[in-house]
Amino acid sequence: MKQKLLTTCLAILAIGTAAHAGTTVIQNKGSDTLVNVAQSWAEAYRAKNGSVVVAISGGGSGTGLAALINGTVDIANSSRTISRKEVEEATRKGIKPKEHIVGFDALAVFVHKNNPLEKVALTDLAEVYGEDGAIESWKQLGVDVPGCKNQTMVLVSRQNNSGTYAYFREAVLGERRDYKLGTHDMHGSKDVVDLVEKTPCAVGYSGLAYATDRVKMLCIAKKGEESCVRPGVETALDGSYPIARPLFMYTNGEPVGATKAYLDWILSDEGQCILSRRGYAPIRHVTCK
Amino acid sequence: MSRRHAPPRAERKPDRRDLGWYVDKAVEVAVFVGGVSAIVFVVGIFVFITREGLGFVTGPFDFRQFFLSPRWRPTSEWNPTYGILALFAGTASVTGLAMLVAVPFSICAAVFIGELTAGRTREVLKVLVEFLAAIPSVVWGFIGLSIINPLIINVFDVAVGLNVLNSGVILGLMAAPIMTSIAEDAFRAVPETYREAAEAMGATRWQVTYKVVIPAAKNGLLAAVLLGIGRAFGETMAVLMASGHSINLPTSVFDSVRALTATIAAELGETAVGSDHYRALFTIGIVLFLITFAINLTADLVIRGTRRKE
Repeated sequence: MKQKLLTTCLAILAIGTAAHAGTTVIQNKGSDTLVNVAQSWAEAYRAKNGSVVVAISGGGSGTGLAALINGTVDIANSSRTISRKEVEEATRKGIKPKEHIVGFDALAVFVHKNNPLEKVALTDLAEVYGEDGAIESWKQLGVDVPGCKNQTMVLVSRQNNSGTYAYFREAVLGERRDYKLGTHDMHGSKDVVDLVEKTPCAVGYSGLAYATDRVKMLCIAKKGEESCVRPGVETALDGSYPIARPLFMYTNGEPVGATKAYLDWILSDEGQCILSRRGYAPIRHVTCK
Repeated sequence: MSRRHAPPRAERKPDRRDLGWYVDKAVEVAVFVGGVSAIVFVVGIFVFITREGLGFVTGPFDFRQFFLSPRWRPTSEWNPTYGILALFAGTASVTGLAMLVAVPFSICAAVFIGELTAGRTREVLKVLVEFLAAIPSVVWGFIGLSIINPLIINVFDVAVGLNVLNSGVILGLMAAPIMTSIAEDAFRAVPETYREAAEAMGATRWQVTYKVVIPAAKNGLLAAVLLGIGRAFGETMAVLMASGHSINLPTSVFDSVRALTATIAAELGETAVGSDHYRALFTIGIVLFLITFAINLTADLVIRGTRRKE
């Protein structure tokens, strides 16, 4: 409520200043996964086209879509598709969400640097994270992790309304399965990587863009006996990496005017190169300087 | 300027509306508003959280599930469940451990400051204790995350250092300063004549403290503990960062847990306004409000009890 009020005030303020300076303001809000790249886009676009200001804020996919439904933003960023409930609510308020895929994100699975594990199958991962899953110890995956007491796995996850959480559940656990109770639910992708870095027993997941060289990324196979694929921009782009998700921007109906120009620019080679420099996969092959 | 002596304005025309009159009235109104604002805010906040949470209580709320199930899965696609048992156990275990740390610590500190030192040392110590209370909770959380976490892993050889022990110790340290201040006030409220009488009977300083001052200040000390519990119960940021934020019914101090407050803080920002999940979070808010209200009320009654006796 308070947040909505604040956003509205800021929007009015921004429009006020914009009208004064003769510029257009595009309100852009949503996914924390996308917020860094959205910021880079906004800055580059401002430098190129001084009369358009893109105001970026994060808060999560759900927040962005809620703002679009409430009519307070022009573009909502989301790392998941809009839910049926949200579409219903939008229709009730006369908003027609239109989906645009602006890039892809490979979801990497991280373990501690000293963990000897190299690859993991999605079916095993489902037993690690899924409710009533059988795998609770690193021994069951055939490794002995140095520095890890009892070889008990420490599961690092995300808070339950993050787009990353919802995508991982859908892609790894399946339609009708929930996470185990007792996962450590971090409040951001960076926190997941930080905790895995400091905890020998840990396993965690987040977008590839948050990977650092202080944690180890696992090679992912669909099933145990299949060969595995390393997460990366290339493998996300050619579809061989099994847990890559599209990143979306939603507008109300077909975009027009400044919003359309901005979206077209994001999908152009220039916009896509900015995205790929941030560690995400572009929607098609682009050659960047 | 006229030299003729005029009677004071107030006598001649008591209600003359000059600047002074307006200032007077303004101050009067400001003081009144300040005085009743506490009541207005408490009632207003309660009405607000009740209104937001009521839709859940009258809708999908299932008493047994809410209080007796550990399954807090509000965003499940096929079977959302709203059980706060594990969250409650998390808050209770962390608060319990915090009190084990804070009660001896703060009462010893209060005895030392109030009874065993005097003059400059006493003033410096009091300022330092108050300074400790001013450290922001996010800083405590950061200490838990980056210093105590690896320390616990190394010392106790456990899988993860974000657990009941970590957050309990931090909350204990956070609650201790306020408890020390209140306990010290309670010692000061014990009349000097009690001490003089005991000393006249040949009691040592320790005997005076142990046998006379502490029993006489009993209710004040109890109030200090209760307010400390209230502080620990409502703390959010430090617990969110240091507890591991993991849904568990803890069986040892090395289990990660999740607190009621931390759950609201982590989830409310990204929840669609008016959804079941949003309302369930406000229902947790109602539960928290009622608990802290009860604790503070008890503490207040205990303090009043002491005053009346004097």
